[in-house]
Amino acid sequence: MKLTGSPAVKVGISISIATGLYGISFGALSVTSGLNLWQTMALSLLLFSGGSQFAFIGVVAGGGSGIAAMSAATLLGMRNGIYGMQLNALLRPSGWRKYVGAQLTIDESTATSTGQTDPAEQRRGFWTAGIGIYVLWNIFTLVGALAGSGLGDPKRWGLDGAAVAAFLALLWPRLKGREPVAIAVACAVATVIAVPFVPPGVPILVAAVVAALAGWLSHGRRDEGLEPDIEPYGHPAGRHARGSAPQAGAERGDTTGPAAAP
Amino acid sequence: MSLWIWLLIACALAYAWKLVGYFVPAKLLADPRASRIAGTMTIGLLASLTVVNAVASGQALAADARLGALAAAAVALAFRAPFLVVVIAGAGTAALLRLLGWN
Repeated sequence: MKLTGSPAVKVGISISIATGLYGISFGALSVTSGLNLWQTMALSLLLFSGGSQFAFIGVVAGGGSGIAAMSAATLLGMRNGIYGMQLNALLRPSGWRKYVGAQLTIDESTATSTGQTDPAEQRRGFWTAGIGIYVLWNIFTLVGALAGSGLGDPKRWGLDGAAVAAFLALLWPRLKGREPVAIAVACAVATVIAVPFVPPGVPILVAAVVAALAGWLSHGRRDEGLEPDIEPYGHPAGRHARGSAPQAGAERGDTTGPAAAP
Repeated sequence: MSLWIWLLIACALAYAWKLVGYFVPAKLLADPRASRIAGTMTIGLLASLTVVNAVASGQALAADARLGALAAAAVALAFRAPFLVVVIAGAGTAALLRLLGWN
């Protein structure tokens, strides 16, 4: 494999550093939300999907049960199945590569791969980003967890505010156009209404039902919400304008259909 | 102990989702509804988690320093700050507001 001078490898390395680094915030928030060091590391090593990991600790931090945390994390992981299908069609991995590749299938590795047009580059992009993020994400989770355990009262440091910011940052890149904003607002309202009536953690599942219904009944972009937290190919000019999907989104649209709704 | 069990189930199911894509015939998942729902659910869950972490205190709703963190994060994101900067802005604002006496 020719690795020097490969654009996909270059992008893969920079997205690995950018994504890996924010493992620090996951590690720190995880230990301050009540998980121990080993549970925190188990999430990064075994679950390995940023949004789902933050969801799990977010529910636990809010006093939710283990089953509610598991449900939120699992529902949020559904999109990785879609990514797996796209990558399977694109990269055609065989044998053990399917099993290893599956674990590395997340927003960023998918976006790095689908942002390339040459099949060899698509493969290099996926493996560079996937392995790079996996290694760095776990190292920085450990760093964050060790730092977080020494902090004392997490509220004094505003770590509950950090969690709010982290979730908004995960949501933000997916709010392109009016429809995703409407879905986000509807789910936020449903959550607030549900909070006083059901146990902690459950309002999130109520919102999941609202979101699933919205997806079932409406006919918008097929890849709505399927954007990486960090866009490997840079931000397009008008990112909130409809139809100006980033390069990665547009390429991904090739495998699932048109990227923009009529 | 029981948290460990749910945590490991979550890990197993996360890997199961990922594997499904590689092993289930593409036709099954190619149903546009599957990817639509995966996408809208991602948006809905993240919006819900943002709100829960900002205003829920157990089963009560509260307006405290976390709302300041939410606003600070939105401003940072509007200026296209990187993820870690957004998180630090949220933490710093909540900590500062508490220092000023707003819980």
